[in-house]
Amino acid sequence: MDWGFFAGTAIAGLLAGLMYALVAIGFVLIYKTSGVLNFAQGAMVLFAALTFVSLHEAGLAFWLAFLITLAAMIVLGILVEAFILRPLVNQPPITLFMATLGLSYVVEGTAQLMWGTQVHALDLGIKDTPLPIPDILVSRFDLFCASVASTLVVVLTLLFRYTRLGLAFRAAAEDQYAALNTGLRLPVIWAAVWAVAGFVALVTGLLWGARTGVQFSLSLVVLKSFPVLVLGGFDSIPGAIVGGLLIGLTETLAEVYIGPYVGGGIDEWIAYAVALVFLLIRPTGLFGQRSVERA
Amino acid sequence: MSIVRFLALAGLATALAGSLTPSSAKAQNSVPQQQYFPLQSYRVGPYAAGGTGFFGGFIDYMTLINARDGGVNGVKLTWDECETQYIVERGVECYERMKNHVPPPSAWNPLSVGIAYAMIPGITADKVPLITIDHGRTDSTDGAVFPYVFPLLMNPYSESSAIINFIATRVGGPDKLVGKSIVVLYHGSPYGKETIPIYQLLSKKFGFKLEQIEVPDPGTEQESQWLQIRRIHPDYVVLRGWGVMNPVALKTAQDTGFPADHIIGNVWSNSEEDARPAGDAAKGYIALTTQATGTQYTVIRQIVKIVYGAGRGDMADKSRIGSVYYNLGVVNGILNVEAVRIAQAKFGDHTLTGPEMQWGFEHLDLDPGRVAQLGATGLFHSIDVTCADHEGHGFVTFQQWNGSSWHRISDWIAPDWALLRPIIVASANKYAAENGITPRDCSKPQFAAN
Amino acid sequence: MARSPAQPAANAFAPFTLALAIGIALGFVPSDYLFDAVLTPFLAISLAGLGLNLLAGYAGQVSLGSAAFMAIGAFGTYNLLLRVPGLPLLAAIVIAGLLTAALGLVFGLPSLRLRGFYLAIATLAAQFVVQWALDTFNWFSGGDTSGVVEAPPLMIVSLAINTSVRRYLFCLAVVAFLTAVAIRLANSRIGREFLAVRDNETAARILGVKVLSTKLFACVVSSFYIGVAGTLWAFLYLRTIEPDGFDLDRSFEILFVIIIGGLASIRGAFLGAAFIVVLPLVLSRLGDAIFGATFDSGLVDIVEKIILGVLIIAFLRAEPEGLSALFTRVRILLPSQAFSRSS
Repeated sequence: MDWGFFAGTAIAGLLAGLMYALVAIGFVLIYKTSGVLNFAQGAMVLFAALTFVSLHEAGLAFWLAFLITLAAMIVLGILVEAFILRPLVNQPPITLFMATLGLSYVVEGTAQLMWGTQVHALDLGIKDTPLPIPDILVSRFDLFCASVASTLVVVLTLLFRYTRLGLAFRAAAEDQYAALNTGLRLPVIWAAVWAVAGFVALVTGLLWGARTGVQFSLSLVVLKSFPVLVLGGFDSIPGAIVGGLLIGLTETLAEVYIGPYVGGGIDEWIAYAVALVFLLIRPTGLFGQRSVERA
Repeated sequence: MSIVRFLALAGLATALAGSLTPSSAKAQNSVPQQQYFPLQSYRVGPYAAGGTGFFGGFIDYMTLINARDGGVNGVKLTWDECETQYIVERGVECYERMKNHVPPPSAWNPLSVGIAYAMIPGITADKVPLITIDHGRTDSTDGAVFPYVFPLLMNPYSESSAIINFIATRVGGPDKLVGKSIVVLYHGSPYGKETIPIYQLLSKKFGFKLEQIEVPDPGTEQESQWLQIRRIHPDYVVLRGWGVMNPVALKTAQDTGFPADHIIGNVWSNSEEDARPAGDAAKGYIALTTQATGTQYTVIRQIVKIVYGAGRGDMADKSRIGSVYYNLGVVNGILNVEAVRIAQAKFGDHTLTGPEMQWGFEHLDLDPGRVAQLGATGLFHSIDVTCADHEGHGFVTFQQWNGSSWHRISDWIAPDWALLRPIIVASANKYAAENGITPRDCSKPQFAAN
Repeated sequence: MARSPAQPAANAFAPFTLALAIGIALGFVPSDYLFDAVLTPFLAISLAGLGLNLLAGYAGQVSLGSAAFMAIGAFGTYNLLLRVPGLPLLAAIVIAGLLTAALGLVFGLPSLRLRGFYLAIATLAAQFVVQWALDTFNWFSGGDTSGVVEAPPLMIVSLAINTSVRRYLFCLAVVAFLTAVAIRLANSRIGREFLAVRDNETAARILGVKVLSTKLFACVVSSFYIGVAGTLWAFLYLRTIEPDGFDLDRSFEILFVIIIGGLASIRGAFLGAAFIVVLPLVLSRLGDAIFGATFDSGLVDIVEKIILGVLIIAFLRAEPEGLSALFTRVRILLPSQAFSRSS
């Protein structure tokens, strides 16, 4: 056994896992506070990345393009709250889920209508070459992504734990009626949390977009994050990170060491299989708090 | 259920049915003689970049023929677009919608393997040619079994053979391939898998070591695949990708320290949209193509002058004129229009039927001299389609990405047709046997036999 | 889950009569296009929706793997016809359906422990594993390296099913028969047990319902229906069998069908399928007619997509119980004898 190669594979897997976790965090934020599995998260990633890259290509400075895109994502959050969440309050989760599917059509369509269907390159200015460690290859870019993802988790955790807004988020997550009774305005909270999810989508879009090019396929990265959600729990941010690391690790190791014997391409489903087996043993995920029996 | 209610439903249904019935005979009277091309285009969705370029080039060339020559010998070219998003059933719906058009469709050009497959039984019954330029099922090259299917210029087997021939020139001759190591990284789809046996055959013939590794669709994450490649440490990697898989492959190659100029892309990994998003990682990347890029060819210059000069061009972004997909669309336009011209020489200068068009495609012989007359020298090499060979002996060339555009780095290279022919015939005959088709006898003159 | 009651039996025949009525109407508007591109896919999708509705609407288990089971049905039928000479078409369809049901049982096991979104995501495992297997092992496609195969010519005894109308009628017959069975099932003791398990497992158990076997039975029946739907889709509509056509988008589409149509409603599957299959076509026609001359087709298509999304959201807001509930409401509002049932 070539341990250097094994270590390199493991590290690459863990770093890839953080990229999945990044997408998963967007889901967790919204699920935690409004109980919606937001399928449109992928469309939001696409929308944010396309908007940013188009503005940037039009000559705007990085920070200005970033701020304008962020403002657009906040507006989107407010619109979603007003036109989808509020009217559909108290509907079963599956109805809300379908509504976000409809939303993903609208957001994807709007993104393409505004910015066209071309493929854009996105250069964040980070050299994507491996660190010079013999035998073990670690991509600088992946390290950068990993640090951004970690920072994001820390910031979000602090936000949830120590700010008034975070307290409101948690109250809304615990019990919507109790939150209403104590005078919290759920619409504002929901709009805020969608705006934060929009921010996460923007960051995700920039990092993934720099890897894959900014194009329609960005909206497909959500598929990679579902097993992460199952493993980590739908409502836990640390769970998303740990789940992401586990999924990235097993997926990469399985593909490299088992894939060649069964025709390859197993990383398409191995993550789901792992998540499934895990769920059968521990149905709430690693960090999930709610009873899974809740449908 | 009461009668009244039933009638109400039936009435509603009739109205609905009426609203969905295809409108035919559109604009039929205003133009006395026309040749109609139904276009199953895709301008949105994951593959929109390819679709807008290809169909843009195709439409611009037809507009040029109408504007410059008043059509083909006085017969105007007309077309309708129907959006497929590259989804099979949408393509099939478009086919059903447009197939009864008056005048009849001249040829179908879906630029999608899946849609093409689904249409083969239908178009064979309708007797209208199906053009799958640079792709399609390889065995449809055997026109004896597939009279109406034309994988023009290049089929997937020829492509694989040409890539290996090119690698041979890079390592100093075919005999130097012995002991070399090549990895084929393919898209996890029917398209990606089609060439697995042919690379095995080539590996046996030339004696190089071969590993074939799958990237599951869509291919946004390829860390594990490139780690395997790193362990194998091959001399060359053949990239048989599609869509987002390509830039990610180039990026990940850089991540894992594999040099871009030892990655050879196939025909669906060869566009600006495949290389540009990878940024610096794509510099030096080499890809096969059947048509060169650039705007320096007479025909493209005429399109810019006559079509865009009059504000009638199809491309929203004019900077994409001369790109890989655009030029492929133009070449595809040339091949379709020349088939019309050749068929007109036999059947007369009027609206041609499907079988007449089939005859035209089956006698599509454009030697380099004719290609020069068409103003396309250097754009593509030549084509010679016959009853037995629906590919037409296409030559390919290789281009290298310099960070912003493609540059040709090889001569026109021929695949090893003699090696591939028996496999193609065997596969076609198996298809014929399974589907109860009696192959035509291509040694006899063909027409109206079908 | 929505706690909508099961529809009474006679109601469920309404969409059917609608389908029949469309069929008759087509006598006046002769067009292959309607059969080949609208009605046949409508019936296949309806049947898949019906199958999913038995599982999700009645038994309360949401699945995102429907397309995988359609694929199993389609490839099952293909392989049976290929490898068992002389096997009649109908027998092949039924056996392939049973095969799908058996696999449905396996993939249904997680439902014993999971519910809600966790179960839904778990069913994605089925979706990806099946697609991967069909893609990777070309044995399933008869050794064809490309993995895409044409449907063989179809025969019932000596009648070739080779025209649009015959294909449509064959679909109609199969779907009609299976719908009748589903109606009986939904109104039987088993159907009520499904609902009991959906609404409250503990209460169901107290009442003597065998929860585990009821859940698994729902998986089996549902998979059978979806498998047959897959065969209809591949053999009678597309006439090509390829794994790519049974991707995740198809699973979502089927889920859409039952949400839009109405959960726990037989006719909901038909209404939802009509919405999902026919509405995009109507939109695309309208788009072409109104904007086709001025804008390129891509732009029109993007706008259509946005409109479809808006319609879905608007629809969920206006009628969260689905089209089926809307129908019921319309009937209540209309006192006219014309719309009352003779029963």
